[in-house]
Amino acid sequence: MHLILFIVFAGFCLAGAINLLLQSHPINSALSLIVVMVSLAVLYLLLGAEFLAAAQVIVYAGAIMVLFTFVIMLLNASREERTLGSRAALRVGFPAVVAILAIIATVILHTQGLGVARLSDGITSTEELSAVLFTKLLLPFEVTSVLILIAILGAVALAGHDERERTGGK
Amino acid sequence: MPVSIAGSPPLFQIANVNIGLLVILAVTSIGVYGIALAGWSSNSKYSLLGALRSSAQLVSYELALGLSLVGVVLRAGSLNLRVIVEQQATQGMLTWNIFGGGQIFAFFIYLMAAYAETNRSPFDLPEAESELTGGYHTEYSSMKFAMFFMAEYANMITVGCVATLLFFGGWTSPFGDLIPPFENVFFDAGLSLFWFVLKVFAFLFLYVWVRGTLPRFRYDQLMNFGWRWLMPLAILNIVATSLWLAYR
Repeated sequence: MHLILFIVFAGFCLAGAINLLLQSHPINSALSLIVVMVSLAVLYLLLGAEFLAAAQVIVYAGAIMVLFTFVIMLLNASREERTLGSRAALRVGFPAVVAILAIIATVILHTQGLGVARLSDGITSTEELSAVLFTKLLLPFEVTSVLILIAILGAVALAGHDERERTGGK
Repeated sequence: MPVSIAGSPPLFQIANVNIGLLVILAVTSIGVYGIALAGWSSNSKYSLLGALRSSAQLVSYELALGLSLVGVVLRAGSLNLRVIVEQQATQGMLTWNIFGGGQIFAFFIYLMAAYAETNRSPFDLPEAESELTGGYHTEYSSMKFAMFFMAEYANMITVGCVATLLFFGGWTSPFGDLIPPFENVFFDAGLSLFWFVLKVFAFLFLYVWVRGTLPRFRYDQLMNFGWRWLMPLAILNIVATSLWLAYR
């Protein structure tokens, strides 16, 4: 059962990702990205990470992608032109992608001490997850939140800067 | 549909999910796309404006909505809806989260944010008849129009159910043990069902009452209210609840 679900949703995920690249209208690409996000959530759920699955749907599919579609609608982005791509992309880009993926794959495969998650694993409860997050991983957690805070302040500062210029530098 | 008989009251629950509350939030957060895409794809300026208003409003009020529920989760120590109901049902009405639990502010924040989330008056800006003729569903008629409204009413019922479960003791009686339970499975199940449905219907009544009473917000008022009042109040409620739980 787990394996069938995995194959189905991994298929959805890949199909969504490929469709995302092939579509020429931005809104279709955004919708395929939502399919990718939701199928990833199902894959997390299959690995026993129920909190991560719910957070994936709430944050990525429910909030970030809504903003994406919002911006696309607001800017009224039109259809993109289809070209064959530049020659540089063919000669350098694709080999570079293959090389980078190969490096990442070898590093991951050779790293010792990574836990193994199986499809049949039990569900990790939210309590266990938060216990680890707030004791063992407290420093990375806090650093990440400070980083996000800085990003928010930067966005506010940039938006405020624009506003001041328009109203005559008050 | 497992109906538990031993111990706890029989209950119509399809699955007892550990993260029940998060699942509800996840499903409702997907609902924006229906309105946004319907408005955008009708290629009319009224519809597009309605869709834009709707997605901005839903994203803004979802924050206040989610944060207002954190106090309840803190008190119960679980995201499981059944645990949340059983935790507040020990003494009937006195221990409901809204009264004994001290979550009355959280409840009102939740209620206002939920009215905005379901696009109901006084937050029905996405379909403001006086400005946008019909908002996102201007170009839809007959069954397609009906489906928008069925979705909206289903949403209202969901909001009523969530408020009942989280703040009003779910399917339990407000009188606690003053009325002893019947020793009959069917009567007990019927009584649980009666209380649950009564509470949900009270919320639906409130929806129509509010719609007949309050005028519509202006859009800037709506945004100011959501970001400058509801969200800070919800955060204050979280801080106050955590302090209370830590030092009681």
